[in-house]
Amino acid sequence: MGLAAADSQFHVLAVDDSLIDRKLIERLLKTSSYQVTTVDSGSKALEFLGWHEDDERNNSSEETSVSPKNHQEVEVNLVITDYCMPGMTGYDLLKKMKESSSLRNIPVVIMSSENVPSRITRCLEEGAEEFFLKPVRLSDVSKLKPHMMRTKCNKDDQKPENLEKQEINGEEIQSVLQLQQQQQQPSQTSNNNNNNNTNKRKSMDEGLSPDRTRPRYSGLTVMSN
Amino acid sequence: MEVDQLQRTFHDYHASLFNEGFLDEQFVQLQQLQDESNPGFVVEVVSLFFEDSERLLNDLSKALDQVNVDFRKIDAHVHQLKGSSSSIGAQRVRNACIAFRNFCDERNIEACLQCLQQVRQEYLLVKTKLEALLRLEQQIVAAGGASPM
Repeated sequence: MGLAAADSQFHVLAVDDSLIDRKLIERLLKTSSYQVTTVDSGSKALEFLGWHEDDERNNSSEETSVSPKNHQEVEVNLVITDYCMPGMTGYDLLKKMKESSSLRNIPVVIMSSENVPSRITRCLEEGAEEFFLKPVRLSDVSKLKPHMMRTKCNKDDQKPENLEKQEINGEEIQSVLQLQQQQQQPSQTSNNNNNNNTNKRKSMDEGLSPDRTRPRYSGLTVMSN
Repeated sequence: MEVDQLQRTFHDYHASLFNEGFLDEQFVQLQQLQDESNPGFVVEVVSLFFEDSERLLNDLSKALDQVNVDFRKIDAHVHQLKGSSSSIGAQRVRNACIAFRNFCDERNIEACLQCLQQVRQEYLLVKTKLEALLRLEQQIVAAGGASPM
């Protein structure tokens, strides 16, 4: 399995204190071709996501591209969590994630066995993408993809900026650019200074062979957050 | 042919469980999640439900037996049981749990004891039925048929 294949598989973190419900959600997600990790508490979820107390104070994420503090071991594209859990509720988890500079962009979905309108609005106001009533079904799971796709697209837009940082460190990539993009390289540097995402994307896509360079950028993109 | 007969028996029994309200649509959802790559999924989840329920029923028994009954704890246990029965489609157990929680709110020990009995009864009924259904499935597969699940 090459990087390209791993890149196209979404990874969902499911949080629920009920073993039966964890089995269920895992099966639902796997049937929909997602990679799944299940944990039984909000604190374990934060641990898995690489959350640290410092995240809340460390709001400038620019310098964190090489910082080990915010490095996620595995990329998570969506968190789906039960609302009612002992200790940290799903709402608490949602709140913590939204307060964290490194985690706030991960879409969160809440599940609950109880249909309490004020609970639902509270979660949505805090930034939850969806609220599912339990028992969760395949039709619910099919609503997850757009939220995960949106996050992936955002990551794509960031790629050119990462390229600028990585050119200094990645000799291989630089030599590929030199071979294939001799004319465009000066303009690429100036485009980077302009911070114009759209232009950079176009100049990158035109000359570079996708299968050689795109997978590499994806791998680097994960680290940049 | 034996397999055909078993399949028919399974089909009729399966239908009756729904008609009599023991199981609801959620159980069908479970069946849909079972396939060749995950042939034991229904058995697995149902077994977990049995273990979970027995543990919770014991805990509820003990909790109601205390001198000072902790209704919040009891409510938490019933909430869990309601959740797991709902997740596998055990409709009558789930409904019994809902009734139980209402009496918890009223802090009515006598009523709670009766509810516990009711929940336990419904649980034992659905357990017997599910075990019979799963045994039928086993027999079909053993006789060379495809799982009707």
